[in-house]
Amino acid sequence: MTLHPLLAALRRHKAGVVLIALQIALTLAIVCNAVFIIGSRIERIHRPSGLNESDLFMVSQHWVGAPTGDDQATTDKLDSLLQADVATLRSLPDVESVTPINSLPLANSTWSGGASTKPDEKNEPAHVAYYFGGKDMLKTLGAHLAAGRDFTDDEIRHQAVRAPNQPVITIISQALADKLFPDHDALGKAIYFDGGNKPATIVGIVERLQTPSVESWANDFAWNTALIPTRLDGGSSRYAVRARPGRLNEAMKAATEALYKANPMRVFYLDGKGARAFSDIRANTYRADRGMAILMGVICLILLAVTGAGIVGLTSFWVGQRHKQIGVRRALGARKLDILRYFQAENLLIAGGGALAGIVLAIGLNLWLMHRFEMDRIPVVYVLLGVAVVLALGQLAVFAPARRAANVPPVVATRSV
Amino acid sequence: MFAYYLDLALRSLKRNRVLTALMVLAIAVGIGASMTTLTVMHLLTGDPLPGRSAHIFYPQVDASPAGFTRHGPLDMLDYRSAMDLWSAHRADRQALIVNSQIKVRAPDANLPPLMANMLSTTADFFPMFDVPLRYGNGWSAQDDGDRARVAVISAELNDKLFRGENSVGRILRLKDADVRIVGVLAPWRPSPLFYDVRGGRFANGDTADFYGRPEDVLTPVSSGLEINAGNFWQFTCWHPPETPGHLENAGCVWVALWVQLDDAAKLSAYRAFLDHYAQEQKTLGRFASTQTRLPSLTQWLDFNGVVPADVKLQTGLAFAFLAICLFNTIGLLLAKFLRRGGEIGVRRALGASRRAIFAQCLVEAGMIGLLGGFGGWLLTLGGLWLARRQAVAYADLAHLDLGMFATTFAAAIAVSLLAGGLPALRASRIAPALQLKTL
Repeated sequence: MTLHPLLAALRRHKAGVVLIALQIALTLAIVCNAVFIIGSRIERIHRPSGLNESDLFMVSQHWVGAPTGDDQATTDKLDSLLQADVATLRSLPDVESVTPINSLPLANSTWSGGASTKPDEKNEPAHVAYYFGGKDMLKTLGAHLAAGRDFTDDEIRHQAVRAPNQPVITIISQALADKLFPDHDALGKAIYFDGGNKPATIVGIVERLQTPSVESWANDFAWNTALIPTRLDGGSSRYAVRARPGRLNEAMKAATEALYKANPMRVFYLDGKGARAFSDIRANTYRADRGMAILMGVICLILLAVTGAGIVGLTSFWVGQRHKQIGVRRALGARKLDILRYFQAENLLIAGGGALAGIVLAIGLNLWLMHRFEMDRIPVVYVLLGVAVVLALGQLAVFAPARRAANVPPVVATRSV
Repeated sequence: MFAYYLDLALRSLKRNRVLTALMVLAIAVGIGASMTTLTVMHLLTGDPLPGRSAHIFYPQVDASPAGFTRHGPLDMLDYRSAMDLWSAHRADRQALIVNSQIKVRAPDANLPPLMANMLSTTADFFPMFDVPLRYGNGWSAQDDGDRARVAVISAELNDKLFRGENSVGRILRLKDADVRIVGVLAPWRPSPLFYDVRGGRFANGDTADFYGRPEDVLTPVSSGLEINAGNFWQFTCWHPPETPGHLENAGCVWVALWVQLDDAAKLSAYRAFLDHYAQEQKTLGRFASTQTRLPSLTQWLDFNGVVPADVKLQTGLAFAFLAICLFNTIGLLLAKFLRRGGEIGVRRALGASRRAIFAQCLVEAGMIGLLGGFGGWLLTLGGLWLARRQAVAYADLAHLDLGMFATTFAAAIAVSLLAGGLPALRASRIAPALQLKTL
């Protein structure tokens, strides 16, 4: 089959051809950028926090009528309430380990500061988020120790929640260690927090531990974290609890019941339930990202459907219009397959032209998005995938009308000429 | 003639139902998507204080040491500058803004205490921002000076603690202090919560939280600082406070000031006053820089880029989507009209003018637009229902108002006339003789 008759026919339908090609180009540009956005949001949603997330849950509550203040007596009183809660939780049969903690990865509430290798540094080279916890912190979180050791029980201290952060020892994340100690010799070195002059010795390094916030302000230190062996005593408390494998729901139910039974003078947070599984924390944190991904996905599907339907409609008209010519071709010896191929080739030509324009549009759109919304550069594979999808869509859409064309009997040629 | 065209259009649309449905659906989907996002955009970019915003300004001076800021004054004021500027009373009205969290309980309601957001402000806040009150009034300037233990509460808090009754005169326990309720707000939902907007340039477009609800408890600054002493958070500090939460004498910015200036003369006088204040403070050695700014409310919202990036992205996407639906409809209408060449040829041969053919085709396109507009309206309602279920602070704002409702139909008709224009023009150019020959 030569291209010449094809092009000659298309020249008679310039407006229609241009419209379809434009539609395909725009669809391609939007779909591949949307899929790219979906891809990056999904990647964001699924990045591991560094915790062993299964069987982990958080308890959050506030003591009613507890004393307030930063003095030693109040702090000690609050600490005994905290310790009593931890003991209650630890005694439950479905609970493997417990630690009081100020926040968890993805739990949003963040205590962050600056970290430096030198004392009294005003512009600290690294931003860091702190996790303050008690005994069994590392074990409960399930974070993997890459080097060094865990805290021992007698190294755990306690202080008022608003007292300055001046630990003697700390465990930091690999990301923070690499940032502060590019020579990979962080273990055993001193680190200074928040521009202070009291050194903390790095006794361990965890492979990976995310900060509590996934909001954009925390993006540039998403993996810089430090574990501080200090229980924070305030009017409210949080506990990270690891249930025995497969006993998460039972442990969550038992935990709040037991706490309430031991001391009813408290208000539970987390929608009044008091306990939330880590999987729910994760889902809740990334709700907006998931919503955006779903929205983009739905838009892509509708777009492809609209474009496909447009091709079906327009080709159907062309088939109807060329009824007689098809009959003539058939009468002159063209096979059904030739007619089918003709319409398929015609569509490929139009869609190919549209796709070429679409590639330019897609890259242009991506550049604009990079400029306006700080998006990343779109990988070529997304564009190529988009081209394949619109070409396949065209072939799929053209098939039904093309087959109808192929079924035009040759006898049409002899009628009413 | 119009009735006849309507009849013709109906017949033509009925002849090929699948195709008609396709065109109507394409317009409906395009309109639905773009009107949903446009409605959200319209709600988020609207003027939070219609008619007054031009007279509201946000004075900024800079008390930080040299080199602390690189891009103009900080987003808030330190306590002393704020009090100096406020107590000078150089503007028509002025209100301080201090935010904190506080434990709230109604002693005579049998409910557990709850944590509420507290806004500490000054008497002018209520008239200046035209705050609607359901019961009672705001407090007076004298209450500000007397550190009166009074409070105004939100309609939501009033519903929660007092079941919506008139609670004026009743007692509320804020942390450990008792305050008397002097006013209850009517439901009030400025969008954005403009007087709390700050720090937007550090949010990278993640600004949905600017559209949250107003605070539940409002107290005079003077008494609020006493009641909740030690529980205030800084916007930023160059010298951390001795005791955390006590910021009055610390090197921190944490207070905002809004002023109302009714005409240009007062505006320039206030600018001069600000510059003079900064100069004077520099002479005293308290300021390192004399930079000042006095953005208007809208300038300040623009500076903070309050419209979330995700919403802008969705709006852009929806309009590209509408463009695709438009191309789709143009293509289909073109094919449809041209296929009726014979019919049009006969009408032309019988004396119909080109204009008449053009009008006939446009009527048909307009009818598709009307149907598409109705479908688009339904889809917009559906889209907004989805938007309300999003996990963002502005979700509850997403409703279709009358203006946007009319815009939806106008947009649908405009889109389909636009879509019908080119095909109708082509159809009206059909040469009758050629068509008649092939019949």
